[in-house]
Amino acid sequence: MKDFEYFAPKTVEEVLSLLSQHKEEAKIIAGGQSMLVVMRQGLLAPEYVVDIKGITALDYINYDEREGLRIGALTTHQAIEKSQLIQKHFRVLSEMERNLATIQTRNWGTIGGNLCHGDPAGDPALVLIALDAKLKLKSLSRERIVAMEGFSKDMLEVDLEPDEMLVEIQVPTPRRHTGVAHEKLMVMQGDAGIVGAAVSLTLKPGDGVCEDARVVVSNAASVPLRVKEAEKRLIGKVINDHLLTEAGEIASAEADPPSDVHASSEYRKEMVKVFVKRVALKALERAKEG
Amino acid sequence: MKGEPRELKIKVNGMLYELKVKPNVLLSDVLRKDLKLTGTKRGCLESTCGVCTVILDGKAVRSCSILALQANGHEVTTIEGLAQGNKLHPIQQAFIDHGAIECGFCIPGRVMVAKALLDENPHPTREEVRLAMQGVLCADVGYVKQIEAVEIAAEKMRGGE
Repeated sequence: MKDFEYFAPKTVEEVLSLLSQHKEEAKIIAGGQSMLVVMRQGLLAPEYVVDIKGITALDYINYDEREGLRIGALTTHQAIEKSQLIQKHFRVLSEMERNLATIQTRNWGTIGGNLCHGDPAGDPALVLIALDAKLKLKSLSRERIVAMEGFSKDMLEVDLEPDEMLVEIQVPTPRRHTGVAHEKLMVMQGDAGIVGAAVSLTLKPGDGVCEDARVVVSNAASVPLRVKEAEKRLIGKVINDHLLTEAGEIASAEADPPSDVHASSEYRKEMVKVFVKRVALKALERAKEG
Repeated sequence: MKGEPRELKIKVNGMLYELKVKPNVLLSDVLRKDLKLTGTKRGCLESTCGVCTVILDGKAVRSCSILALQANGHEVTTIEGLAQGNKLHPIQQAFIDHGAIECGFCIPGRVMVAKALLDENPHPTREEVRLAMQGVLCADVGYVKQIEAVEIAAEKMRGGE
């Protein structure tokens, strides 16, 4: 790993002032579970590394029914998985974190670090898009709230200015009769998904017509892929097995996954079909439960 | 200045160390090279194999995937910190008694993962042990005996031995 100058600021303000000073030459490290790998491979060689892992003010989980869920960017995966608030109100987030990686990575890695790494195979982005989450970004001069959906720009690229940092993840409370689920294809539990799917379905009480749907797949494009055509196929209808098969086929057709040592592009496309249907079915069952 | 060594205060196995460390040095290298605690192994160096696992503030982490300076002010336990004098930790003893050690290379990491698990959860199910142990790869495929050894150790530790 190349040499760099190291800072360990204690407050968000100090971080922002370092970023405004060094801009493109600076890179934030949180848990570093993804970043140190790319630094060792030489894909990333920052002049300045700003270590924010010690900023405890960004390690929190708050929930309020009206305001929804607020997660500090430096909350670890393990803390999210184990949070009783999250297990009760956002069980899909806890389930996703449990399968995210091995226990050592989940113990030290943070949700914010994962999102800013911008890996299209990442699980949190997928589930947070299904949940219609927003991100709070800060720089010295401004603060902005962006949709998780547009945050990933390309492979390992996200919508962050050089002087900005992610400080909070905001997840609205889902409407009643909404079910959300996530699963991914793993060789071993805790592996990066070969492909993954997250689906949110909202049903109209009484007749069970699908009012809203969000279908997102991972590792099927250079960013988490939201498949709006598949959603349209479900909205306004009473969902049945046939419609779910069609939604899977639409997602599969839209997917343009990479071929690598883990799987060929063709296999990934086939698995997108299987996982969209499987996960949508689970979301549907959950939506029916309430 | 770029690459300039920085002060690192770190408690390892109960001893406080004050060192000067370059920012790009990994925690595993400080443990092995500076402190000569070579029980912690270096394997893949890309967050895959888990043989470098140590316990940091009570939680299992990969020492090859953390900058040493990120551990400043924290407390680390390595495999060398488990035995009390000549008496091995129950997990270490169970691994030996149960024949769960083959080549031994992954065992320090594996014992540390098991210790973090049992400290937090003295009554793990087989599934919970299996999941925790998945964080360390074994090339000898000795997984079953290792899982059983952790269960034997858990029972001993609950018995207050």
